[in-house]
Amino acid sequence: MATYSTNDFRGGLKVMLDGDPCAIIENEFVKPGKGQAFNRVRLRNLKTGRVIERTFKSGDSLEGADVVDTDMQYLYNDGEFWHFMVPDTFEQFAADATAVGDSAKWLKEQDVCVMTLYNGVPLAVTPPNHVILAVTETDPGVRGDTSGGGGKPATLETGAVVRVPLFVNIGDLLKVDTRSGEYVSRAKE
Amino acid sequence: MDTNWQPTASLEVLRLRARLMARVRRFFAARAVLEVETPALSTAATPAPHLESFSVVYHGPASGRLHLHTSPEFPMKRLLAAGSGSIYQLCRVFRDGEAGARHNPEFTLLEWYRVGFSLAELIAEVEMLLRAVLTGVRALPLAEHYAYQALFQRYAHLDGLTATSAELRDCLLQQGYQPPTGMTDADIDVWRDLVLTHIIEPQLSGLVFVTEYPASQAALARISPDNAAVAERFECYLDGMELANGFHELSDAEEQRRRFERENVARSALGRPIMPLDEALLAALAAGLPDCCGVALGFDRLLMRAADAKHIKDILAFGIDRA
Repeated sequence: MATYSTNDFRGGLKVMLDGDPCAIIENEFVKPGKGQAFNRVRLRNLKTGRVIERTFKSGDSLEGADVVDTDMQYLYNDGEFWHFMVPDTFEQFAADATAVGDSAKWLKEQDVCVMTLYNGVPLAVTPPNHVILAVTETDPGVRGDTSGGGGKPATLETGAVVRVPLFVNIGDLLKVDTRSGEYVSRAKE
Repeated sequence: MDTNWQPTASLEVLRLRARLMARVRRFFAARAVLEVETPALSTAATPAPHLESFSVVYHGPASGRLHLHTSPEFPMKRLLAAGSGSIYQLCRVFRDGEAGARHNPEFTLLEWYRVGFSLAELIAEVEMLLRAVLTGVRALPLAEHYAYQALFQRYAHLDGLTATSAELRDCLLQQGYQPPTGMTDADIDVWRDLVLTHIIEPQLSGLVFVTEYPASQAALARISPDNAAVAERFECYLDGMELANGFHELSDAEEQRRRFERENVARSALGRPIMPLDEALLAALAAGLPDCCGVALGFDRLLMRAADAKHIKDILAFGIDRA
């Protein structure tokens, strides 16, 4: 793997820090008076999701991390692993609960997600920004109420619970924003 | 469509830049300080360990490698030695490898020298200049003054001159800052700089002058006649951003040569090229530099504060990414 000097640090660059793969968020060049230049760098640990700040001497370098984002179709869950497939090559990958994390509640079979592979092994799964899911459980809908005021909880087919307007009924298809976990609208198919 | 041809600063900010430059020139004209221009190219270059000069190929006559100046200090001191009296220069300078929110590899420096001024008189003049230039643009509170030692005491609760590397490292760790790897206890000035930039600077607001720097950070300043541990150097901060650096100028040619040579040794230890010393400057110092104080002020940073800009490119017609 290539090494990258502080001069190459840009948002999104994947590097190894303390043995973990990290993505650079921000790189700030600091140079005091007559002194040594530093780079104050914010990174996200791709295993834990935690954001860390580190200071490097300018010119220091880090090893690149073998981290690749690939579009994959979600196939099924066998109770232990979530199975994904690369649509072009039909190559399959099994992700465990650590890699899938909170994304599990948005995974609907056949949806295309972004799979982050680290050394060829699933590290994280990012669901599509918007998913369409059926309501499996909610209080009865209030006819005629289309204002969206108030709201109630609804459980979706994947187990996710979102706050929805009062008019929503069991069986309705909803468009949900997975980044905020919020209801967007009713959907047709 | 490609919009990268467009300026990175608004036209309004560029008009502000022109207005503030005119004010700077008016300020010095009223004080009979002479505006000068000196070469941006030189066969010599600063050996300062943490400053990188751009080098360019000159095709002659007498072809060879020339360096772009990182500040106009050396030729301006030759003018002072030649009897120019007080002088100032507003010019573009070039520093390789420096790019970020507060750094652009080329930027505008306002540098001036006052013959017969004490450091305190020059500090007072810097404040007057800032007030004159920022009139009606932004308010400037009363200046605060700290010795380096007192600044550390106030904002980091340790002694900036006597604290050990271990104490400075503990201070950083306590505040949650993981220092760079590969640092040793011998890097005392790097440890001080880390505390200064990570812990102290973010707490500074308004106009702050810092004096009595450690003698190890003297650069081209005299060592204090009263205390050999400190140099007659000051820095000016505006809202936590370093704006200007000033010296009671060293006039001892032999001492200057020793410092340059030490700096070149430090450069080779860092794996950086040895720079050719400015023999013309050393000869001018030997001939006699009048007693003077000088200061270099980052004009672009002043404009950043005047325009309330977060990134230096926002006040440059074209930042380095579009140069």
